[in-house]
Amino acid sequence: MVPTSYFLVLSAVLFGLGVIAFIFKRNIITIFMSIELMLNAVNLAFITFSRALGQLQGQVFVFFVIVVAAAEAAVGLAIIILIHRNRGTLNVERVDTLKD
Amino acid sequence: MPALTYLWIIPLLPLLGAAANGLFGTRWSKGAVTGVALTATTLSFLAALEVVREFVALPADQIPWIKTYFTWVSAGAFHADFALQVDQLTIIMLLVVTGVGWLIHIYSSGYMHDDPGYRRFFSYLNLFMFFMLLLVLAANYLLMFVGWEGVGLCSYLLIGFYYLKKSATDAGSKAFWVNRVGDFGFILGVLLILRTFGSLDFATVLPRAAAMPLEHIGQAGVLTVIALLLFVGATGKSAQLPLYVWLPDAMEGPTPVSALIHAATMVTAGVYMVVRSHAIFLNAPAAMEVVGIVGCVTAFFAATIGLVQTDIKKVLAYSTVSQLGYMFLALGVGAFSAGIFHLMTHAFFKGLLFLSAGSVIHAMGGEQDMRKMGGLRKKIPVTFWTMFMATLAIAGAPGFSGFFSKDEILLAAQRSSTPLWALGVLIAGLTSFYMFRLLFLTFFGAQQYDEHHVHVHESPKSMLVPLVVLAILSVCGGWMAAPALWGGVNHFEHFLAPVFATAVEPVAAAPESSRGVTEILQALLGAPVIAGLLGFLLAWWLYIRSPETPKKIAASLSAVYKLLLGKYFVDELYAAVIVRPLVWISDKVLWHLVDDGAIDGVVNGVASVSRESGDRLRYAESGNTRSYATWIVMGVVVFTSLLLWMVS
Repeated sequence: MVPTSYFLVLSAVLFGLGVIAFIFKRNIITIFMSIELMLNAVNLAFITFSRALGQLQGQVFVFFVIVVAAAEAAVGLAIIILIHRNRGTLNVERVDTLKD
Repeated sequence: MPALTYLWIIPLLPLLGAAANGLFGTRWSKGAVTGVALTATTLSFLAALEVVREFVALPADQIPWIKTYFTWVSAGAFHADFALQVDQLTIIMLLVVTGVGWLIHIYSSGYMHDDPGYRRFFSYLNLFMFFMLLLVLAANYLLMFVGWEGVGLCSYLLIGFYYLKKSATDAGSKAFWVNRVGDFGFILGVLLILRTFGSLDFATVLPRAAAMPLEHIGQAGVLTVIALLLFVGATGKSAQLPLYVWLPDAMEGPTPVSALIHAATMVTAGVYMVVRSHAIFLNAPAAMEVVGIVGCVTAFFAATIGLVQTDIKKVLAYSTVSQLGYMFLALGVGAFSAGIFHLMTHAFFKGLLFLSAGSVIHAMGGEQDMRKMGGLRKKIPVTFWTMFMATLAIAGAPGFSGFFSKDEILLAAQRSSTPLWALGVLIAGLTSFYMFRLLFLTFFGAQQYDEHHVHVHESPKSMLVPLVVLAILSVCGGWMAAPALWGGVNHFEHFLAPVFATAVEPVAAAPESSRGVTEILQALLGAPVIAGLLGFLLAWWLYIRSPETPKKIAASLSAVYKLLLGKYFVDELYAAVIVRPLVWISDKVLWHLVDDGAIDGVVNGVASVSRESGDRLRYAESGNTRSYATWIVMGVVVFTSLLLWMVS
């Protein structure tokens, strides 16, 4: 059987990759995808603990996360489409009109 | 006992018919739609007959037969079941509703044959049957209320059946709103029953109400209040003063609807409800007094309006209001079984009158003004003869069904109060007059229509057969009570007696000695019969003998005539006192001031405040998304480290 720590390490690595992409990427869609990556890394951690502790709560929680992620994707993509339509760009550096 | 066990099948069948026609009927042929609707009602009628057969065999201690199917509402101490109940009263109502309803369904298949809304019509009609059967079978006030509201809904739908006609939709709305007023009283009464008795089951409430002490007049006890509130509901549904105004307008609906809903069944729901609650009413004499007086005054009021109407259906509508007044008069003087008896015979002859009127209208190609008919007797003989039978029945000609029921009511009124009796006799004369006026104007005299434009023709068989069946019932429907004439038992009253056994003192057994011929003659030629005869003679004299006289009378008594023709201007009064102020308040205050000013103002104000403040506050932010992201990540790192540090 694969030891629990392997899963946790994989989860941490995925999460770290998500965070790095979240900070350094300029394309909104990539940022968006990195958020999904972080969410799924967390899901993996939940599942791992659920299996290791023999409890169901972690798995139930994953369902909630999936639902929230789906809702967030729907709203987020709609926002992104609107930004692209109005600004003609997906570069976050160029979307900073709050000050003007 | 299959039918008594599966009582729910009786209301369910019409519901299935309504659902099938309403949901899938668009693609079906006319024959299939008719088949579904008629099968549903026929089976329902047969099931009702089976119930009667099994009910007769029931031992007395199992009556009322209550069948609880499932718990419907259970909240704290409150509990209501989906339970159906059968006792003698239910049996009568069940037979009237399914039987007359069935005949009218058959009639409608002929009458509505060329109507584009054929499917919709039968769907509504079946739905009405469902709710009406639920109303009469319910074993508690809550379930009864479902039926009560349901028949109101169907009535609304069917009055506004020709929805492209403004007057029809207006009449539908009017019926709906006026009934709301009554229903509000009814639901308040039901709530007060719940508060007082802690239950809504008839089997619990009524014995307890009967056991409560009699509340004397002037002593406004809880039973009096309950009874009056319930009666408010009854005035709405059964078209009594002051809420009768919707019924004459309801004639905008197709004629079979007027026959079924606005004459034979739904409008009697109020009478049925009061009789069902008899234990409450009997202990509240003040409320009984109100019921009797309102009924009597309504009967008189509507009968006088009926004297001058020219629309054939309007005459019948006011006649219905008047006859319902008779029923309430009976209830008010404590003659419950007489009231139900009149309800039954009225269902026969008034249903028949409306259906015959429909046949006349059919023959005249849609004309409803009696002044434009005349001389139809030879052209449509079957319709004439059936309508003649019904007219004799409603006028109370000795031997016909209306004679027995009306006589019994007036006899009970005589025992209780002379003024009510005198007014009742007068109304009997008025009834006879306006009915024979209708008959003479329509079928006798010179023809007033243009032969080239109107092709007068007798109606198809599907319409004539129900007419004949109802005519037979109108003639013989009262014979159950006939033995009372020569000192025997009134079978109808005897049959219903157990229902009232808990509340009423057992009726003194009828004197055994048979009466002499003179006494029978006296009963046959009592005051109501003489009044009816006078009404007939007057109508004959005015409309056959010298047809010019009515105009002269109208001219010489123009003030009275205008008052009657204007229906006492009650509609105008309501419009001025209630409708117009309400519209004004809704328009000027509620719409423009409250809705536009206050509510919209608050919403728009909140929006503009947040927009303004956002506009000012945005300068505090950099607007650079990536720096936000960095800050978030740093915050998470710091916070997590802090947590870990605190835990370890």
